[in-house]
Amino acid sequence: MAKPASLQAVHIPLHRRAADALRRAADGDIFYSFIHSPVTVAATAVTVLIILSAVLAPWIAPQNPFDMASLDLLDAHTPPSWMADGNPKYLLGTDDQGRDVLSTILYGSRISLEVGFLSVIFSMVLGVGLGIVSGYAGGWLDAVIMRVAEIQISFPAILIALLTDGILRTVIPEARAEELALTVLIFSIGISGWVQYARTVRSSTMVERNREYVQAARVIGIHPVKIMLRHILPNVMGPVLVIATIHLAVAIITEATLSFLGVGVPPTEPSLGTLIRIGNDYLFSGEWWITIFPSAALAILVLAVNLLGDWMRDALNPKLR
Amino acid sequence: MNGAQATQTTGGGDVLLRVRGLKRYFDVSRPLLNRLLEGKPRQILRAVSGIDFDIQRGHTFALVGESGCGKSTVANLVVGLYRPTAGTIEFDGQDLAGLQRRSELAAIRRKMAMIFQDPYASLNPRWRVFNIISEPIRAFGLLKDKQAIIDRTAQLLTQVGLSPEDGQKYPHEFSGGQRQRISIARALASDPRFIVCDEPTSALDVSVQAQILNLMSELQRRLGLSYLFISHDLAVVRHMADRIGVMYLGRLCESAPADTLFENPRHPYTRLLLDTIPDIEMTGRKRVPVAGEIPNPIDPPAGCAFHPRCPRVMDVCRRERPHLRPVADGVMVSCHAVDAPDHSPGTQAAG
Amino acid sequence: MSEPLLHVEHLRIEFNTRRGTLVAVDDVSFDVMPGEVFGVVGESGAGKSLTGQAIIGLLEPPGRIAAGEIRLDGRRIDNLPYGQMRRLRGRQIGMIFQDPLTSLNPLYTVGRQLVETIQTHTSLNHEEARRRAVKLLQDVGIPAADKRIDHYPHQFSGGMRQRVVIALALCANPRLVIADEPTTALDVSIQAQIIILLKQLCEQYDTAVILITHDMGVIAEISDRVAVMYAGRIVEIGGVREVVKKARHPYARGLMGAIPSLHRRVEKLNQIDGSMPRLTEIPSGCAFHPRCPQAFERCRRERPDLVNVGQSQVACWLYGGSS
Repeated sequence: MAKPASLQAVHIPLHRRAADALRRAADGDIFYSFIHSPVTVAATAVTVLIILSAVLAPWIAPQNPFDMASLDLLDAHTPPSWMADGNPKYLLGTDDQGRDVLSTILYGSRISLEVGFLSVIFSMVLGVGLGIVSGYAGGWLDAVIMRVAEIQISFPAILIALLTDGILRTVIPEARAEELALTVLIFSIGISGWVQYARTVRSSTMVERNREYVQAARVIGIHPVKIMLRHILPNVMGPVLVIATIHLAVAIITEATLSFLGVGVPPTEPSLGTLIRIGNDYLFSGEWWITIFPSAALAILVLAVNLLGDWMRDALNPKLR
Repeated sequence: MNGAQATQTTGGGDVLLRVRGLKRYFDVSRPLLNRLLEGKPRQILRAVSGIDFDIQRGHTFALVGESGCGKSTVANLVVGLYRPTAGTIEFDGQDLAGLQRRSELAAIRRKMAMIFQDPYASLNPRWRVFNIISEPIRAFGLLKDKQAIIDRTAQLLTQVGLSPEDGQKYPHEFSGGQRQRISIARALASDPRFIVCDEPTSALDVSVQAQILNLMSELQRRLGLSYLFISHDLAVVRHMADRIGVMYLGRLCESAPADTLFENPRHPYTRLLLDTIPDIEMTGRKRVPVAGEIPNPIDPPAGCAFHPRCPRVMDVCRRERPHLRPVADGVMVSCHAVDAPDHSPGTQAAG
Repeated sequence: MSEPLLHVEHLRIEFNTRRGTLVAVDDVSFDVMPGEVFGVVGESGAGKSLTGQAIIGLLEPPGRIAAGEIRLDGRRIDNLPYGQMRRLRGRQIGMIFQDPLTSLNPLYTVGRQLVETIQTHTSLNHEEARRRAVKLLQDVGIPAADKRIDHYPHQFSGGMRQRVVIALALCANPRLVIADEPTTALDVSIQAQIIILLKQLCEQYDTAVILITHDMGVIAEISDRVAVMYAGRIVEIGGVREVVKKARHPYARGLMGAIPSLHRRVEKLNQIDGSMPRLTEIPSGCAFHPRCPQAFERCRRERPDLVNVGQSQVACWLYGGSS
C-alpha cells in the first residue's frame, strides 16, 4: 500500500529544527526583555569578554607568568605603565617575583572560572539529582535527604568547604596532593552548594509529580527513574539555570576566599584569590597595584554574573511576565 | 451501543472488567507527634468503601457522582495508579492483584489506557506531540523500526482528527480540544481494549465537548473499545453510557442501564441529582426542595451516608447501612426505602 | 416601556501588547431593565467576563475600554475617576465572583466583612449594620445566622460560602449585581440551590442581575433574556425561551444543539467544527464565518449588525440587514 505523502511529513531534520528554535527565541518575549535592558546587555558583554580573555589567555597574554624561565627578577615591583617608573611592557605593573600583573590576572581568571564552573556543575548535578529523588519518592527517603540538607544549610558554606577540603587533604596521600588539589577544591565548593538546588527542584518535582502527564506515564508503566529523567527533569530545570548563574558568582568568590586563606589552589597555579593574598602583603608598602587590579577584576566578574542572574530570574519568572 | 439494556451483567456475558468489593482507604492522620500531643485519633479517609460492577466488552460503563464520592479514585484503582486496600479487579479474566511480574503487568497495561480531565496538564509541555503519542509504543516495544513508529503515529493523529504534521509541534500550540484529541491518540497507541476516561470533557467548552464525545463514540464503534467513563455531568453520561453507576461517599447507590436510570430513578440520591441539575429543557418540572450538602468523607454519617439529606429517611437508615441489591431487570439499588416492602416506590415521576 | 437600568453602547475593550492591539470585546451593545435577570453566555475567550469587569470598573491593565459608553440610570460610569467608581461599586453595583474561597477574606469573620461593607455604603451605625447582616444571612439561607455571623470563611462549606458572597453582594442593596460564573466551582446538586436563591433574592430586593456563564442550563434556569457572545461580539439577544429553543444565529443554534440532553439520547451530538478564533486571528467580516455551515460571500466581507428578528435580535446576514 503506497504511503500518502502526508504521512512522511512527520519527521523534520535536526538542522531545520535548530534554525526554527533560534528564530523562535529571537522572536520571543525573553529576548525582547533582554535587548531592552541595557544593564543586562552590558553585564553579559562583560562576562563574555572576561570568559573569552580567560580562555584565550595563552594567546593574548603578554607573558606566561607561570613559566619561571620567562621571569626577570630585576623587573619585580614595577608600577603600572602610566606611572613614573612604569614599563610599557608590563601594562599593570609586576609583582614581587617579576610576574606581569595583567598576565597573572588573565591566567588567574582561568583558574577561578574553571573552578567556578566545574563546582557549579557538580553542585547542580548533585542537588538536582537529590532534589528530584526526594520530591518524587517522598516518604523516608525524602525525610532523610531533607534533614541532611537542613543540617548542612545551618552552617556557612565557606565553613563546609573548608571542612571538606581539610578532611580530604588528610585522606589523600602526600604524593598526589598537588595534582588532586584542584579536584578537591572543586569537590569541596560543590558539596557546599547543592542544597539550594535540591530544595527548589524538590518543590517543583512535588508539583509536577501530581500532574496528569506523569500519571499518564505511570499508567503506561514507565520505570520511575525514566519518569524522573525524561518527564520531570525537563520541567523543573527552569529555576535551576537562574540559581546556577548566581551560584557561579558565589563559587568564584568562595574559591577566591579559600585561596586567599591559603587553602585553595596550589601556589603553582595561582587564581585571582591567590593574587589578592600575595598582593595584600605589599599593600601598605605602597605597591597597591598587585592587589587592587586582581580585586577589581574579581569584583567586575562577580558583579556582571550577578546582574545577568538577576535579569534571568525576572525574565524567566512567569508571574512577572 | 444499546446492547446492555436488557441484560443483567453479573455472570455470563462477555465481561471485560469485573470489580468486586473494591476498597481504598487513605490515612490522612496528622503526624504521630501531633496526634500524641493533641490526643486525636487516627483519621482514615474511606474514599472507596466497597464497589462492585462489571463492564462488558464494547460497552461504556459510567460512574457519576459529585466531589468526594470516590469516582476518580475508582478510576485510579482500575488502572493501577493506586493499590486497592481490599477487593478484586479482574481484567480479561485475570486477577490484577495476583500479577507481580513486570512482564505480566505490562501485558495487561498494554490493553488498558487512560484519558485525563485536564487537557493542559495531561501532556508533558516539554515533549513534542510525536514523542508523547509514541511513548506507549516504545515502552511496550510494540514497534521497533523508527519509520514504523512514525507511520503509526501519523495514523493515530489522523484517526483523532489532527494532521501528521502536528506531531512536530508542542502541546502549547494546541487548543484544549485538540490537546484532548492528542491524549486520545496516546491512549490508542498501544491498541488497547479498554479506556478509563476521567472526566475527559469537563474542562472543555460545550461545542468542543460535542466534538470529543462524538469522536469517542465513533472510535468505540470502529475499534470495539470498552470505556469506564467518569463524570459529574449526567447529561454527558446519558449520551455516552450503556450502564451507569451512581456513587455517593465511596459507595454505589444505584447501578442500572442508562435509559432505565433516567426514566425510572429509584435511589433518592439519583432522584435528587436528576431533579436539581439546571436544565436547558425547562420542562417546568416541580423542584424538590433540596437540603444539605455533601458531608465530610472523613467523618461520614452513620448508617446510610445519605440519610441526613434523604426525603424518605426512616429509622433504620440512621442505624444500618443498606446493601446493593437487584430490584428489577438489570437494576441494583442500595436503599432501605426501596427494599422495604411497605414503602413501595409508588409515584416515580418521570425524570 | 421603562428606562433601562444599564445601557451599554458600542463597548470596545482592547489590549495593548507587544504584538499589537488585540480587540477582546468588539462593539457590544445591550440594555438591562430594572429587576431583570440578563444572561450573557459564551464559551471561553468570548469576552463575557471582560464585559462584566468593564461595567463594574475592574478591568485589569493592559486591558482598557477603548470606545463606547456604559450608563447606569442614565449616568455615564465608564469614565468615572477612581474614587467615584469605588463608591459606586457595592452601593449601586455588586459583584459575585466564581470562586467563593478567594472572594472572601480568610482573615476576617464573615460578620465583619458584611458590616464593613454595609457601613461603607449606608449611614447605619454598627448595631444596625450588624442586625442587617444577620437578616441577610438568614435571607440567603444560612442556619443559625446570629451565631454563624462570627465564623470565618473556612468554617463554611463551598455552597454556604457562596451564599455568604451573595449576601455580601446584596448587602448595600445595589440596583445591579454582576455574577461571573457563580456556580461553576460548586457541586452539581448545590448549583441549583444557589442559582434559585439568587433569583429569589433579586426579585425580593428588586435588583437586576447580569449572569455571566458558559453553562446554558444555569442561564435557562433563571434568566429572562440572554445574549450569546462569540469572539467578542454579541451574535444573538432575546428572551431565554426563544434563544434556547429557537436560536436563529447558526452559532447559537449549534451551541444549543451541542449540549447533551438529560431527556433524550442522540446518535451523534450536533457539533461545530473548529474552535473559537484566538484574539490575534479574528476572521474578517462575520467572525463565525469559517465555521458556519451556512456562510456565503457577504459573510466573509462584512460584519453583520444586530437586526430584529421576531422578538430577538440576531447578527447574521441570513436575516438581512444593511451594512
